Amino acid sequence: MTYLAKPKLHHPQLQPNKLGYTRRDYEGNISTLCAGCGHDSISAAIIQAVYQLELPPHRIAKLSGIGCSSKTPTYFLGNSHGFNSVHGRMPSVLTGANLANRDLIYLGVSGDGDSASIGLGQFAHCMRRGINMVYIVENNGVYGLTKGQFSATSDRGSKSKKGVVNTDEAIDMAELALQLGATFVARSFSGDKTQLVPLIEAAIMHKGAAFIDCLSPCVAFNNHAGSTKSFDYVREHNEAVNYLDVMTPREEITAEYEPGTVQEVTQHDGSVLRLRKLAGDYDVNDRLAAQRFLQEHKADGEIVTGLLYVDPDPEDMHAHIGTVETPLTDLDEAALCPGSAALEKLNASLR
Amino acid sequence: MPQPITRTNDFVVKFANVNGSGSASANQLFAKSILRMGVPVAPRNIFPSNIQGLPTWYEVRVSEAGHLGARGGVDLMVAMNPQTWSQDVASIEPGGYLFYDSSKPLPKSKFRDDVTTIGMPLTAICNREYTDARQRQLFKNIIYVGALSALLDIEPEVIETLIGEQFKGKDKLIEPNIHAFHMGRDYALEHLVSSFGLKVKRANAVGDRISIEGNAAAGLGAVYGGATVCAWYPITPSTSLAEAFTKYCQRYRVDPEKGNKFAIVQAEDELASIGMVIGAAWNGARAFTATSGPGISLMQEFLGLAYFAEVPAVLFDVQRGGPSTGMPTRTQQGDVLSCAYASHGDTKHVLLFPEDPHECFTMGAQAFDLADRLQTPIFVLLDLDIGMNERLCAPLKWDDARRYDRGKVMTHADLEAGREFGRYLDVDGDGIPYRTYPGTHPSKGAFFTRGSSKDRFAKYSEQGDVYRDNVDRLLRKFETAKQLVPRPIKHNAAAATRYGAIYYGSTSASMSEAAELLAGQGLMVDTLRVRGFPFHDDVVDFINAHDEVFVVEQNRDAQLRALIVNECEIDPAKLIPVLHYDGSPITARFISRSIAERLQPVQKRLKEAV
Repeated sequence: MTYLAKPKLHHPQLQPNKLGYTRRDYEGNISTLCAGCGHDSISAAIIQAVYQLELPPHRIAKLSGIGCSSKTPTYFLGNSHGFNSVHGRMPSVLTGANLANRDLIYLGVSGDGDSASIGLGQFAHCMRRGINMVYIVENNGVYGLTKGQFSATSDRGSKSKKGVVNTDEAIDMAELALQLGATFVARSFSGDKTQLVPLIEAAIMHKGAAFIDCLSPCVAFNNHAGSTKSFDYVREHNEAVNYLDVMTPREEITAEYEPGTVQEVTQHDGSVLRLRKLAGDYDVNDRLAAQRFLQEHKADGEIVTGLLYVDPDPEDMHAHIGTVETPLTDLDEAALCPGSAALEKLNASLR
Repeated sequence: MPQPITRTNDFVVKFANVNGSGSASANQLFAKSILRMGVPVAPRNIFPSNIQGLPTWYEVRVSEAGHLGARGGVDLMVAMNPQTWSQDVASIEPGGYLFYDSSKPLPKSKFRDDVTTIGMPLTAICNREYTDARQRQLFKNIIYVGALSALLDIEPEVIETLIGEQFKGKDKLIEPNIHAFHMGRDYALEHLVSSFGLKVKRANAVGDRISIEGNAAAGLGAVYGGATVCAWYPITPSTSLAEAFTKYCQRYRVDPEKGNKFAIVQAEDELASIGMVIGAAWNGARAFTATSGPGISLMQEFLGLAYFAEVPAVLFDVQRGGPSTGMPTRTQQGDVLSCAYASHGDTKHVLLFPEDPHECFTMGAQAFDLADRLQTPIFVLLDLDIGMNERLCAPLKWDDARRYDRGKVMTHADLEAGREFGRYLDVDGDGIPYRTYPGTHPSKGAFFTRGSSKDRFAKYSEQGDVYRDNVDRLLRKFETAKQLVPRPIKHNAAAATRYGAIYYGSTSASMSEAAELLAGQGLMVDTLRVRGFPFHDDVVDFINAHDEVFVVEQNRDAQLRALIVNECEIDPAKLIPVLHYDGSPITARFISRSIAERLQPVQKRLKEAV
């Protein structure tokens, strides 16, 4: 039952943020996913990130396609408008929404079936258009709602719960996003909140196409030995290149780090992404190097996580097409309708 | 040999050309010159799905009486394409005229005895005058316009003025074109004019009407109607609609300092186009797409979502010959059913049927009010015939006092005041619920939009009674739509009759002419032009008031008739299909012949009985 509302009992010790909202104000209905599902951890991470960023919940629009992952927007940000659209077509709906009102924050949530199979085309095109959004793929390598078929991100050689071996090559969504021009590309793991929450925060603050490929094991159909998307497998093969601290422009930067272990990226709005580097020479501003790094480590059987690439000064589609700063939804007749005098003139030219 | 046709201000000229040869602008010049002499013309492009080298035709119907539908038959054939010579010559009416390039002699067998042949050595004249190959080609077109002006008595000053207007800004092209024009005209005056029966005579039958393509008018209607988001994918014959919207937005909606008050996306396919439209409209913008039949097929799933989740959308479907790729550059009314019932499950959609560019504009703007009011997709069904041809129509009008009807939208103030909000709650019985735009209020009015079943408060539900409550309300909403879509227009015959004819869209011009032709034979037919779906009660009343009703359409399967039978529960035996579906526009001759064939035996019997 996806409509079970959580009781609104506030614990007296819940800390409100500067807007006066507690973490509970960013929650949604009770999840109906399987107990232990990775997706619920991602929902929790989204709630945490938005709470920490102190965003008014109604300024976020959450959109999804179809599938387990696409159900999750019901389970977070209950005071945000949500749109559970058509299988594989969330990117176009999000694109239209974004064009209509550039002032909201757009959070697209999708799965590997939704984005890598049926929706690969729309995924590609919204990345190359540079839509200002956060696009999270909750990637479990399997079709859950239809009970255990391989998805297009299942690794070749990976075994299904029924013992079938996948013979098709896997699509790496992060690699694709890099190639398609996304200006923020990350990969994370639902079981690593320390890494995931700041990545979501940074993606929200990024003013361009931000993509997070989040491995999120399916406890019902893809958490067995032989799967390359199980909790155990991902933990064992996780090659984190960095951990992130996100500092909004108003925050004072106080922590100190060993020289050479930190890379700071100052974004256009003045916010700072501080990367605690684990892979020594990894440079998050180098798109080509990131692609090469991903491919090399994939060949070694490693799953690279962390912030993989960021363009500190991205452009989004509104910049490309030159729309006014005012959201198009706020324009009235006076701004939009040329009126009868212009029409008379036009009539005259058509005689 | 039959008498050569002699007619003034009432004939058909057809130009047979090769596409890419530059003939289009010369042919348009010809048509416009007659219009400027106060005589209505209806030009039509007949073109292949091709860029260069294949046959193309331009047909100009000259009609002081104002008949703008295709007539059928050709009185003067300007045969400039050797590829199609035989069929072009064969299409001339007995007693008609053949104008051709006589630079190379043709055997007598290539001609017809019952047609007056007018040869002019166009290529030889061009080769003598010009050395550049492209110039030879382009000026040849202007030269034959010059010759035709002499044959038909078109005033040369009118054409000179038009050439001046056409090349305004490229002034050095004016003089060479006028020179070529007169070269052709002088040759014809000297060698050709002796007995030519088709004449243009200055009249005053155009009035303040304008000439515009339906696609351009619809694109302009979207500008006036307040559309800010356009997502589209190129497809003939709808492409020029999105391009017109772009052109008019650039003219009227650019603030040089602040930017563009519109967003236009050429999407990756039609699925993305309609997805973007739905996303934008969900968010509170007025949004549309322009497409044709194959695009409608691709959009089906999304259209069901928009219907069921109740998101506004406007679709301009410029219909072409189907099914499948069909005849992409020919006209048809073949998408009526696929639009009316688009998507799986029980769905019904609102359709508008403009008759000409004037209505493409008015309905184009109105569609956005209807979409917001009804919170559902609105289809404006043009077709290639009105979409891609310039058609004479009433000037476009706009009332500056008009305000956009944004429908039932609950605001921040409403929510603050404690008004109850249920996204799918019918508060006043018209089946239309209130909606909120995303971002309205921090703690009230948010809801989850989904294509799955839900209750009145947008909560997911698979309960049978909840589902039925919702889909029954959608039927109530559709009932409300009946009163909101444009009403049908009825024309009574001169005398009382038991026969009626229903028609819609681009059939309009031919239908009114056909009714005149029939009346001339003493056959009386009342007519009703359907302008929208769901059908207004007037449609049922009209059918009930007649014994037999012809339903005139441009498709094979009598789609509107099927829709009437289905939605109005009419006895099918009462509705006689009159169907034209070869891809050419329907003609008055076809309609009147089809109706007369059925009515004449009846008329005869009645006379014998008396």
